[in-house]
Amino acid sequence: MSSDTLAQVPTPAKTPDLADAPRIVPRRRLGQWTAAVAVLVLLGFAVNSVLRNKAFQWDVVADYFTSDAILRGLWLTLWLTAVVMALGFALGTLLAAFRLSANPVLRAVAWGYVWLFRSIPILVQLLLWFNIGALYPQVFGVKTVDLLSPVAVAIVGLTLHEAAYAAEVVRGGILSVDRGQIEAAQALGLSPGRRWWRIVLPQAMRSIVPPAANMLIGTLKGTSIVSIIAVNDLLFSAQLVYHRTYQVIPLLMVATLWYAVVTSLLGVGQYYVEKRYARGTERTR
Amino acid sequence: MSVMVDIRSVYKSFGSLDVLKGIDLQVRTGEVTVVLGPSGSGKSTLLRTINHLEKVDRGEISVDGALMGYRRSGNKLHELSEREVLRQRTRIGFVFQNFNLFPHLTVLENVTEAPVSALKRPRKAAEETALRLLERVGLADKAGAYPRQLSGGQQQRVAIARALALEPRLLLFDEPTSALDPELVGEVLDVIRDLAAQGTTMIVVTHEIAFAREVADTVVFMADGRIVEQGTPEQVLGAPREERTRTFLAKVL
Repeated sequence: MSSDTLAQVPTPAKTPDLADAPRIVPRRRLGQWTAAVAVLVLLGFAVNSVLRNKAFQWDVVADYFTSDAILRGLWLTLWLTAVVMALGFALGTLLAAFRLSANPVLRAVAWGYVWLFRSIPILVQLLLWFNIGALYPQVFGVKTVDLLSPVAVAIVGLTLHEAAYAAEVVRGGILSVDRGQIEAAQALGLSPGRRWWRIVLPQAMRSIVPPAANMLIGTLKGTSIVSIIAVNDLLFSAQLVYHRTYQVIPLLMVATLWYAVVTSLLGVGQYYVEKRYARGTERTR
Repeated sequence: MSVMVDIRSVYKSFGSLDVLKGIDLQVRTGEVTVVLGPSGSGKSTLLRTINHLEKVDRGEISVDGALMGYRRSGNKLHELSEREVLRQRTRIGFVFQNFNLFPHLTVLENVTEAPVSALKRPRKAAEETALRLLERVGLADKAGAYPRQLSGGQQQRVAIARALALEPRLLLFDEPTSALDPELVGEVLDVIRDLAAQGTTMIVVTHEIAFAREVADTVVFMADGRIVEQGTPEQVLGAPREERTRTFLAKVL
């Protein structure tokens, strides 16, 4: 019976002519338009004031932008960032491995490290290391002050700080890898080192790279804090100039623009690194 | 006929939960043993103790004459080093319910990984073997693909090829078709059936009763951490002696 009823349902002989179909008229989004115009107007005012305000002294900015003093400061900022990131992540990865190990002592030590160095403000830590001579005047018969130059203090302080955060980023990345991956590698007889480098880490990198890139950019700008202990970084170099010439704002603009340029380049790099580690995740068939 | 797997009074608990309560089981070389049972009966755990992915609390397991995970000296069993355990595992192939292929490696890299890194085979030879195995499971054209570009059935066939690449003496299957869409189950069972026909020693944990009836030499029925009954498929599936088995079969058939 049901087949009879079905058979009686008239099937359209052909699809209706497209020209006959009613045209779809999109709703007018008045709110969106007003919001966009308002924001653009405000933005225009802001840009206009920045460009027209003589106090920015854009000609002075142009003069100093590629001056030797500034470029030397930029160079120090760049290599300091690179060294701190490399050492920080090396130590952080070790700490993450401790945190995830079966050994309760290693787990506790790693936890304590992260707790301690996340609790101390980086500025306080730098000042402590800078004045370490007051605590330990001599190390192995050498005067501590001679041992730790301001740059060395900067590297030590920033690295210890960085490692605490890197440890958490790496740990999160490792935990994001499916447990079955490690079991499969164990079942296949892969050695612990091979499991780590070939199976776990490449997969963990997918979740490590975005926060790590964030940290890299944060560290690049964060190194400006070392100007407080007279390390000749980008900001301190700019300050040295304006202490002499009193052109405070244009010199700060020079530093700001350089930070923005390097940050943008790092963002581009991040895009390609993320693409590299996304291998095998796209769902194209 | 020689015994490939010898399991003697194996106990295992997770915390207060007793999962295996005294298991004795012998699997003869060249035979297919299918393990059936309700979920939570301990069948997957039993399979995982065989290649020492789980350590037993009591009892011992030998595969191909070698005590798994321990070295006997006098009346003591000394735990082997991780290297030695890994070495033992290379002689046992394990196929997981969720395939567990390495998603960032191509199909070919998945299959050659263990032979190259664990058995130190030359890459070239390992790749030739891998391509032959992929052809055997019908996926020779997928060597360059990434696992996620394949269907579930194809992924599981790659996983089988990966297990075979170690030329194992024994193959363990942990519910190999449970994660698959119904229309993909057949292609995986076909591959396993083909392996059975060539005399590969296998233990298969599954819910596929029809497959058990057709392929198994021995059917083992487990419930609550014990082996309730075992025998030929005709005996266990056709004329079960135990009430527990009858109840289970009535539910799944």
